[in-house]
Amino acid sequence: MSADAPMQAVRQAALQTSRLAHHKRRKLINGVALTLSLSAMAFGLFWLIWILFETVRLGIGGLTWSLFSEMTPPPQADTGGLSNAIFGSLMMVSLATALGTPIGVMAGIYLAEYGQKTWLGSTVRFINDILLSAPSIVIGLFIYTVVVAPMKGFSGFAGVLALALIVIPVVIRTTENMLSLIPNALREAAYALGTPKWKVIAKITLKSARAGVLTGVLLAVARIAGETAPLLFTALSNQFWTSSLGEPMASLPVTIFKFAMSPYENWQKLAWAGVFLITLGVLALNIAARILFRTKK
Amino acid sequence: MQRSDPIGKPPAARRSSSWADKVFSSLAHAAALITLALLAAIIASLVLGAMPAIREYGLSFLWRSEWDPVKNSYGGLVMIYGTLMTSFIALCIAVPVSFGIALFLTELSPQWLRRPLGIAVELLAAVPSIVYGMWGLLVFSPVLSTFVQRPLQKLLADVPILRELVSGAPVGIGILSAGIILAIMIIPFIASVMRDVFDITPPMLKESAYALGATTWEVVFKVVLPYTKTGVVGGIMLGLGRAIGETMAVTFVIGNFNQLNSLSVFEAANSITSALANEFAEASEGLHQASLIYLGLVLFFITFVVLSLSKLLLAQLKKSEGSRT
Repeated sequence: MSADAPMQAVRQAALQTSRLAHHKRRKLINGVALTLSLSAMAFGLFWLIWILFETVRLGIGGLTWSLFSEMTPPPQADTGGLSNAIFGSLMMVSLATALGTPIGVMAGIYLAEYGQKTWLGSTVRFINDILLSAPSIVIGLFIYTVVVAPMKGFSGFAGVLALALIVIPVVIRTTENMLSLIPNALREAAYALGTPKWKVIAKITLKSARAGVLTGVLLAVARIAGETAPLLFTALSNQFWTSSLGEPMASLPVTIFKFAMSPYENWQKLAWAGVFLITLGVLALNIAARILFRTKK
Repeated sequence: MQRSDPIGKPPAARRSSSWADKVFSSLAHAAALITLALLAAIIASLVLGAMPAIREYGLSFLWRSEWDPVKNSYGGLVMIYGTLMTSFIALCIAVPVSFGIALFLTELSPQWLRRPLGIAVELLAAVPSIVYGMWGLLVFSPVLSTFVQRPLQKLLADVPILRELVSGAPVGIGILSAGIILAIMIIPFIASVMRDVFDITPPMLKESAYALGATTWEVVFKVVLPYTKTGVVGGIMLGLGRAIGETMAVTFVIGNFNQLNSLSVFEAANSITSALANEFAEASEGLHQASLIYLGLVLFFITFVVLSLSKLLLAQLKKSEGSRT
């Protein structure tokens, strides 16, 4: 028995060292992985900061009064602004929001209050999630074939329709999510008082969820404000001021696209100013939506 | 004992509410049906619009590489290759980075930093694609050209096959820069899905692993990741769907040139979305336009399949969540 003791001690020591080595290796792998994770985070933030920095640096110089008061200039002109594009964007975005929001809210109500467990409900939810991420240029193609081609001309109206189709899924999604956050006890209490269903929805659940629904609308506005692809062959663009929906209409993103791809310096400068405006607007809307939802929740 | 009779009639308002209820409910139903009809209408209009091209080429459109408006002969291979290749590059970069970000946000970051960092990543998703495009063309491409393309070209100047893969004018546009910019754009989508599914891992599982002496990495890699793998793949699919359908950012930096002679990642190329964005408004009616719509149909089909897969995978994770905890 006693002859085995040294052997055992040696074995123990060997085990100890191998355990230590194993432990060290595990710690090393852990350290490497966590460092990589930290650098991935830094990598993500790096792009955000770089893009914002360049947008501000190159865009802020173009931010003059004439940007808002003058129309898009011809190439190599000394002056000029983006007033018609800004106006066109504001007009199309607000009309599209006005058109898309009611449909989106009603469909969201259907999903949350009527069709939670039905076949139609789950199909619509599925389709909606796909439309939410579907390529926006396909929406443009769709509106082109059903509106622009039969009417034989690009028009602001077609642009409004295309943008509205992008608003709808965003609003449906947030409305449904926000309505399903409302506790059922609230609904049951209202029903117990004999309130009809439409009144329960309109006066109780929708009202309690209104901050969330509004958040969804703001996010939808932020989304379409920067959309270019669906406008390219629906609203097209216009060098001139127009408030008629029957004509091609300029918009900020399409104008930026046209100007940025051009070799003219004054156009590129205006494009940067436009990019600055859009980025500022979209990020402000996003932050506003977050603050709104957090404080009212 | 006799029940007492109710006194009086029910209030008048209640009786009149039945029609209001019906109207409201049918409005809600109609709105839901509009969404369904929308999808059907999109597919139908694309198929109808593409009909001349479908009749002319059939499925061979997918592997014909000629795209010549002058000879009126079209094939989609160049654009389909461009779309798939840029999305592939984007995924190769975005998946590991998003995993790192999700790991950081769920396990490493101090509690007070989680929210602001999460918002920062989500803001990256909110930046409009045209901003990415313009930044990519005028700021990023020159940088890519100076610090990556030229050194690579110099380094591989004498290596036979690799040399071909980095050829191209030194301006930094092409498949690679489109892929990198797509990666930046889809990182927030993948990272936020991954963060959300990591968060649903039951704390009990993670704590048990920690109690056995597992390191943070081991907990994430051997406990959290296997538990959430369907969700993670769903998130990656969502990012892929976004990358395939992204238009403006790609249009700016891919170069918009129909060629497949050189597979170099620095050579100007074309993708489905950028071909549509550039050519559609000026395309002549007839076969040219129909071929572009055919491309749009292919694009919609691919994204539809990818996004459906993503939805199904994420739904599966949600379903099993209840049974396994």
